[in-house]
Amino acid sequence: MKHIAIGILGAAALGWMASSASATTLGDVKAKGFIQCGVSTGLAGFSAPDDKGDWKGIDADFCRAVAAAVFGDGTKVKFTPLSAKERFTALQSGEIDILSRNTTWTINRDTALGLNFIGVTYYDGQGFMINAKKLPGVNSALQLSGAAVCVQSGTTTELNLADYFKANKMEYNPVVFEKLEEVNAAYDAGRCDVYTTDQSGLYGIRLTLSAPADHVVLPEIISKEPLGPAVRQGDDQWYHIVKWTYFALLQAEELGITQANVEELKTSDNPEIKRVLGQEAETKIGTDLGVSNDWVVNIVKAVGNYGEMFERNVGTGSPLKIARGINALWTKGGLQYAPPIR
Amino acid sequence: MASQEVLREEPSRGSFINDPKVRGIFFQAVVVILLVAGVWWIVHNVIENLQRLHIASGFSFLKNRAGFDIPVRPIAYTSDSTYGDAIIVGLINTIIVALAGIVTATIIGFVVGIGRLSRNWLIRKICTVYVEVFRNIPPLLVIFFWYSGVLAVLPAPRDSFNLPFGSFLNQRGFYFPRAIWGEGSWLIFVALLVGIAMAWFVARTARQRQMATGQQFPVLWTSLALIVGLPLLAYALAGFPLSFDFPKQSTFNLTGGFQIGPEFLSLYLALSFYTAAFIAEIVRAGILGVSKGQTEAAGALGLRPGSILRLVVVPQAMRIVIPPLTSQYLNLTKNSSLAIAIGYPDLTAIAGTVLNQTGQAVEGVLIMMVVYLIISLVTSAVMNVVNARMALVER
Repeated sequence: MKHIAIGILGAAALGWMASSASATTLGDVKAKGFIQCGVSTGLAGFSAPDDKGDWKGIDADFCRAVAAAVFGDGTKVKFTPLSAKERFTALQSGEIDILSRNTTWTINRDTALGLNFIGVTYYDGQGFMINAKKLPGVNSALQLSGAAVCVQSGTTTELNLADYFKANKMEYNPVVFEKLEEVNAAYDAGRCDVYTTDQSGLYGIRLTLSAPADHVVLPEIISKEPLGPAVRQGDDQWYHIVKWTYFALLQAEELGITQANVEELKTSDNPEIKRVLGQEAETKIGTDLGVSNDWVVNIVKAVGNYGEMFERNVGTGSPLKIARGINALWTKGGLQYAPPIR
Repeated sequence: MASQEVLREEPSRGSFINDPKVRGIFFQAVVVILLVAGVWWIVHNVIENLQRLHIASGFSFLKNRAGFDIPVRPIAYTSDSTYGDAIIVGLINTIIVALAGIVTATIIGFVVGIGRLSRNWLIRKICTVYVEVFRNIPPLLVIFFWYSGVLAVLPAPRDSFNLPFGSFLNQRGFYFPRAIWGEGSWLIFVALLVGIAMAWFVARTARQRQMATGQQFPVLWTSLALIVGLPLLAYALAGFPLSFDFPKQSTFNLTGGFQIGPEFLSLYLALSFYTAAFIAEIVRAGILGVSKGQTEAAGALGLRPGSILRLVVVPQAMRIVIPPLTSQYLNLTKNSSLAIAIGYPDLTAIAGTVLNQTGQAVEGVLIMMVVYLIISLVTSAVMNVVNARMALVER
């Protein structure tokens, strides 16, 4: 009897150990047939479910782009909504394959947290929003001394806020919540005077308030918030696939490849377009990366190029109406720049 | 299985393998080895995975600058303090809300519990409804009820409710004047301590005198006079050194005075009201557990109903009440971690922020677990001492 029991225990322990050894992320993703993508719990323009439950926004579309590169099908994504506090643990533990959740790239997160940021999909900065109806005299962040400020816990926003008020020798009362919806509700109910987060976020959140027209975003930007997707450290292949998906989106915009004309351009005479779209004879660009050679075609078919993604989700095609600004391509005076695909 | 086989064996006869003592030791050793191996494997696996994923580990991060602010700071804390300081602030906040909650829940619980046994129909029914309502709603909902349902519908700071003594109530919390102790106010505290000591002494002497002679002494009034009167006298002698800082209207909020935020208030009220429902039932069970003969015997001796309750029923009921009461105190303390839902900076909330800012999840969770364990063990130890003092002394 006892021999059997010990045998079973031993076998169970062995099985446990065997399952804890992991293969590559690309292998895992292909085996399960979809990408598990960590997004926010609902931030308009970046990742928020629409009335049908489909996730919309730049961050959600970026995961679709990676799915298109890997599977040739942008729908093979499952989304995991994460609070600011849960996001890094979810990625570290392997619960998600990509963290695409308006997350600021910092050196600490790149090193001590064991993550690798792949680039900056949105250049942002932290701002302040107030209720202009209740506080008519305030038109600068420097007038905010003594205010109650709503902020989400565990974010770079929380740290910048402390630094900014300290540097300007102003007092404030932080009102700190864990979840974005809780911060929104508290600000809307008047628990605090000021809402601070990334400026793009403020525009998105303003739309969800009970009286959006009463609220103004103050002009000051107090920090650099380069937002981008991150993957786990230690898997260079997966890191490269995600990183070059981002560059492919930029390159497609630079070359004028859009969702509408991508099929047509496959037969283009332009050698650069042909190379990027994988139409060059004997090309190995895609297969070297670990995906098919028409990966860029698949990406653009699924979500369009970077410019289309931007306009659809946060730009002129969206209620947010955010201008491209520094998020324009380098050729148009912005910061978005992709190394050559060759 | 094995144990049944052992029972059928003749003790210490037959082969060595069938010796029940040896078997017992063998199985215990097997369990210990498996347990140690299991723990070792988990720890080893965690360390190895952390290293493989290049995640920093260790507790040295506690000495780094925190960089974030905390809304409720019982001790000096700025964004320049360390992560360790931040966690201590969270711990103190947890202890404050737990202690305040325990005291209030106990008072409400005893009142309602005794009320459920009242002869007055209305009081009895009100107490029953209270218990049934609060006992059957999850504590998180009770917290939201207080936070969103009651406190958030209060007016904005500009149109605060003006309450007596220069205090205000609005959606940002409860503001009241803060005492500023001038020079010589140490005399008041000394007088207070002396008053308490003298009251205790009077109570002891009075008890001894009653034991010896049967004569009673108005202990309550004397104690009150000593505890309140002496500090007042000292206050006058020191030349009225006390002044107040009143809350005033400013651009955004009321400033000055002392502020209790709505997060603390709603958590404190919710925990008190929720746990009080359970305590009421424990108290009721305790009182019903004292046999009716005790009440009747006390009545036959000529004691009045109030004295019967105070001198005969409650002391005996306490023996039944205290052990389950300990569990309720532990529950209340642990339920205080629901604070995170409304943004009260308790241990869980702060440790969570630290965990997220540093990315050291394993250490963060470990700290939380150990601290809650220590709080619970201390609470249990204190309650065990109380229980031992209350227990029936056999002669």
